Amino acid sequence: MMRASLFGLGTAISIVFSGSVYASETPKLPAQEWSWQGIFGTFDQQELQRGLQVYLEACSSCHGLKHVAYRNLTALGYNDEQVKAFAAEYEIEDGPDDEGEMYFRLARPSDHFVSPFPNDQAARASNNGALPPELSLIAEARQGGADYIYALMTGYVDPPEGVDLPDGMNFNTYFASQQIAMPQPLFEDGVEYADGTKASIDQMARDVSAFLTWTAEPYLDERKSMGFKVILFLLVFTAMLIAVKRKVWADVK
Amino acid sequence: MSSAPEFKNPIVRWIDYRLPVFSYMHEEYQNYPMPKNLNYFWNFGALATIALVLLLVTGIVLAMHYTPHVDLAFDSVERIRREVNFGWLLQYLHANGASMFFAVVYIHIFRGIYYGSYKAPRELLWILGVVILLAMMATAFMGYVLPWGQMSFWAATVITNLFSAIPGIGEAIVTWLWGGFSVDNPTLNRFYAFHYLLPFVLLGVVILHVIALHVHGSNNPDGIDLTGPQDSVPFHPYFTAKDSVGTGVFLLILAALVFYAPNYLNHPDNTIPADALQTPAHIVPEWYFLPFYAILRAIPDKLFGVIAMFSSILVLFVLPWLDTAKVRSARYRPLFRWFFWLLVADSILLGACGANAPEGVWLILSRAGTAYYFLHFLVVIPALGLLETPRTPPTSISQPVLATGNDPSPGAQASGGNQ
Amino acid sequence: MAETAQAPETQGDDETKRDFLILATTAVGALGTALFAWPLIDSMNPAADVLALSSAEVDLSSIEEGQSVTIKWRGRPVFVRRRTQAEIDEAGSIKIINLPDPEDDAARAQRPEWLILVGVCTHLGCIPLGQKSTDPRGEFGGWFCPCHGSHYDTSGRIRKGPAPKNLEVPVYTFLDDNTVRIG
Repeated sequence: MMRASLFGLGTAISIVFSGSVYASETPKLPAQEWSWQGIFGTFDQQELQRGLQVYLEACSSCHGLKHVAYRNLTALGYNDEQVKAFAAEYEIEDGPDDEGEMYFRLARPSDHFVSPFPNDQAARASNNGALPPELSLIAEARQGGADYIYALMTGYVDPPEGVDLPDGMNFNTYFASQQIAMPQPLFEDGVEYADGTKASIDQMARDVSAFLTWTAEPYLDERKSMGFKVILFLLVFTAMLIAVKRKVWADVK
Repeated sequence: MSSAPEFKNPIVRWIDYRLPVFSYMHEEYQNYPMPKNLNYFWNFGALATIALVLLLVTGIVLAMHYTPHVDLAFDSVERIRREVNFGWLLQYLHANGASMFFAVVYIHIFRGIYYGSYKAPRELLWILGVVILLAMMATAFMGYVLPWGQMSFWAATVITNLFSAIPGIGEAIVTWLWGGFSVDNPTLNRFYAFHYLLPFVLLGVVILHVIALHVHGSNNPDGIDLTGPQDSVPFHPYFTAKDSVGTGVFLLILAALVFYAPNYLNHPDNTIPADALQTPAHIVPEWYFLPFYAILRAIPDKLFGVIAMFSSILVLFVLPWLDTAKVRSARYRPLFRWFFWLLVADSILLGACGANAPEGVWLILSRAGTAYYFLHFLVVIPALGLLETPRTPPTSISQPVLATGNDPSPGAQASGGNQ
Repeated sequence: MAETAQAPETQGDDETKRDFLILATTAVGALGTALFAWPLIDSMNPAADVLALSSAEVDLSSIEEGQSVTIKWRGRPVFVRRRTQAEIDEAGSIKIINLPDPEDDAARAQRPEWLILVGVCTHLGCIPLGQKSTDPRGEFGGWFCPCHGSHYDTSGRIRKGPAPKNLEVPVYTFLDDNTVRIG
């Protein structure tokens, strides 16, 4: 009776809370396959490097990446020299100097990615009042994560019959209200990949989705590898604890 | 009742003579008689303590890196995850540990309801438990505000605004809680101060809870008192061993969450920094508050919604007096058992309602669920005590064993039976 | 429950097995607790961003002979001084055996022209004066600490006063003729 009730309970709970815990409104997202999925999943460095390139060339003029420091890019397979040179392509505000003035200097690896706009108001002013969100955490801040980003990047279509788009808005199948202020950011061959990969929209969308998943959780690889060891340890330890318990209780009743 | 133990170590003897901690531990956690028929549902109190210690320890270390200022809080949490050694692990342990704490405590509470653990002489034990639940809810609520995400900010705004429903002084109370005219930096700072304080208050109440428990000892699945030493086994090694098994399983589930689904129970909107000028499409609390949230929104009137929500916990305080039955355990109360599972199903239903907007079928269900919840405690439970004919519990815990095995005496019969 | 009768030897064996199991399980549990404690302790060590700022690069090209510059490194001031030939000669000329903290000037400066010191007095931690041309330099031409009157010479060595040790020389590397990395 107890077991049946518990089973029923478990079924009820899993039906009610299937998928994510909270009701969502975006249209059903097609599920994608990613290299970091599963117990042994890890990021693919080549994919991340291509994704970085897509971000730099297609996104960084409007979207910041402020939680990522240039030195974090060593996780993508770049060495210290490359990271230093990359950082030095950007200028960052520093100061005040001895005269009390703010000045610009070359960015160092310890600095965080320079944002395209100094503040939200400037960002809105350059984008018809719309605020391009900062992208470091976007994969975690949207239901569906990388699946959503991929769907959004590839979801630009002509508006269907009868849908009137206000000026400056674009139609996207997977955006919440299906009217998005951002124009289509990815076009065929829009980026020339350093490793020669064909830059189809699908390719770029996948690569940037992977990159943004990394920016949201750069410690994913460590988390999963530690997790495997911890759970293995706990399984063995719990088995030992069960054996001890049985031995201790063997003479009761 | 137990003999004073002779400690061999002279240092131990010296300390114990002046502050009898070792004798106390020996009496309360080594020799202490525990009913030998306890099932694994009796693990959950110990698991709750483990969860609390885990939260305290991770919390103190997280507090070394967190900044309670509206401009810096969100970034400080991101910094913990990215820059602090093992910071991501500590933050995930803390957030998921809180969910595990509530899961374990809810099962612990339902165990108490099923087996009548709240009945005399354990009424005060039960009441202390409800106090612990309230302290947990306050602590968790304030803790969730600290990362200063969208959900943090808006949950704080919605819940503090509830107090404005109090007639007359409501607005003044809300302004006092906020320290301003909206949830802002003063609010965040004081929530941090209280979030650090309350767990230690909680620890104190837990200690009282355990002291109260040890006065009359644990209840057991048969709901009958111990009749003699044949009914019990000493806490150590029997229950240190059994609780360790439960702990192993608890840690496995926690590890599965922390390492493979760390954000499953988190809402994506809380990864967006708080914006006072933009309300999220759906404001939802963490899963452990969902049933109470459903009750709050089921009532169309603001004040009565608040009263209903608080009453749903206050009704637990008086449960020992609402239940008029003479038999403790649901094992011997077949009708009560059906209503118990109905209550469990109702709680899960209310949780589902809390996750959805209060409209259409969900609104109807939350109202039905709320109605049943109060009906259960205020009508069903008292009525059952008077109307139900319970089965006869065994005369002692050991009796069924003696009956099925070796006891040839005519009066002995196995009654009830194991569930 | 009926107890199976056991011969004393096998009963003893059972107990030994049980003891070993309990011992092994306790040991594994202790190991697990230690492994859990490590992240808690290590989280208090400097975080990645603190370590990233643990070295500072200084551009030497704008510092003239006889000029001193103060930079902040790991939260403390560092004196970078381009010494004149007179200062270098004086630093090398005295008998180090008479010094309170004997140390050769050659051991304190990788290139004699450049003196790099942590600008914290080794007595009780004040910042010695002598970086600006208008500052008092003390009786030995180097630095003077106003708090309790410690005098440092042109190599940053303590000559007179309560400070016990010479000004600390941090770890530094010349990346090229115009850049030095401290730390």
